[in-house]
Amino acid sequence: MTVTLRLRDKDYEVRAGMTIRDALLQIGIEPDSVLPTRQGELITEDEILQEGEHIRLVSVISGGSLPSDPLGLGMRR
Amino acid sequence: MKCRKCGDRAVINMRQHKLALCGPHFLDWIPDQALRFIEKYRMFDADSRILVAVSGGKDSLGLWDVLGRLGFQADGLYIGLGIDGGTGYSAESQRKCEAFAEAHGLHLIVVDVAEVEGATIPTAASLTNRGRGKPCSVCGLTKRHVMNRVARDGGYDVLATGHNLDDEVAVLFGNTLNWASGYLARQGPVLEGRDGLIRKVKPFCRLYERETAAYALVRGIEYIYDECPHAVGATSIYYKETLNRMEADRPGMKLSFYLAFLRARQQGLFAEAADGPTDSLQACSTCGQPTTAPGQCAFCRTWDAVRARQRVSV
Ligand code: SF4
Ligand SMILES: [Zn+2]
Ligand SMILES: [Zn+2]
Repeated sequence: MTVTLRLRDKDYEVRAGMTIRDALLQIGIEPDSVLPTRQGELITEDEILQEGEHIRLVSVISGGSLPSDPLGLGMRR
Repeated sequence: MKCRKCGDRAVINMRQHKLALCGPHFLDWIPDQALRFIEKYRMFDADSRILVAVSGGKDSLGLWDVLGRLGFQADGLYIGLGIDGGTGYSAESQRKCEAFAEAHGLHLIVVDVAEVEGATIPTAASLTNRGRGKPCSVCGLTKRHVMNRVARDGGYDVLATGHNLDDEVAVLFGNTLNWASGYLARQGPVLEGRDGLIRKVKPFCRLYERETAAYALVRGIEYIYDECPHAVGATSIYYKETLNRMEADRPGMKLSFYLAFLRARQQGLFAEAADGPTDSLQACSTCGQPTTAPGQCAFCRTWDAVRARQRVSV
């Protein structure tokens, strides 16, 4: 009856039949902060979740790989 | 949702541009956009020798990929920081950069900080007062120094970094909250070179982080998903999340904040000398790189202190 959404190592279970966007809002993930993929393919957030499927969410935000200092409040550059 | 250009199934919907695109059209759109910004901000031209700072992440590898597809000649620079954090962060990011370079027949320069300077970034951070135990201060200082040295020694015209719009807006937000007008005066798509400082450019500065991440995914670029373990809880990430909540209510807000800032800056709203480094630069007595104070530069002072303490502790 459920769909699994996986972000990093964390699984979230939601009901099939709703859009990815609604599912993300329901589990408290900002839709713009992730990219949903179905079998490795990027999909838009208006897609309807199918019974039993696994959606992998790729996080969009990064900060540690910046070639400058992300912690410095006097953020130079 | 359908691609606006061909009507096929869209892979991404960019609400900020009211634009949904299929995979192939999105893969064309990103380099088109980057080229527009490269030309608009006069970053470099077809003959320029470009050095791209690569970290193994989606932005820098995506940028290297896009520059190659646009026909620019760009070498990569990877700086090995020696950060493990239980996930082998540095080792894995280096592998990603090397694999990308090899697959595309590109030239990658690798500088291993521990090999060249005698200690990894975390070790150095633990041996200096700089950054109060956090490695980011030493890390940033070291990366800026190495990037400049390699770019100058290699005779490159310009150093390109993968900063995206979200990076730029987070920094802008932080500098605005602090009214750091000197930093505000220097932030932008291009930082002109002077007195031995390499010119720096950010061809992705107007691309949303969501777009650069999607590009790496659709293009099949193998990049490192893990954050540097020291980025956890970083102020910049907090700012990004805050800005994303505003963006969710008002699509396009991040871009208009950045563009309005660039216009204000162009109109001379921010004074360069209000804080931060002043105008005159001199050569460091040890390494010769430009520095604001006479004598040794901050990089040489920090690393000399690290090596002195290392000798004491053995
Ligand atoms: S988060 Fe990691 S890579 Fe970034 S400045 Fe800090 S130590 Fe360096
Ligand atoms: Zn299309
Ligand atoms: Zn020096």
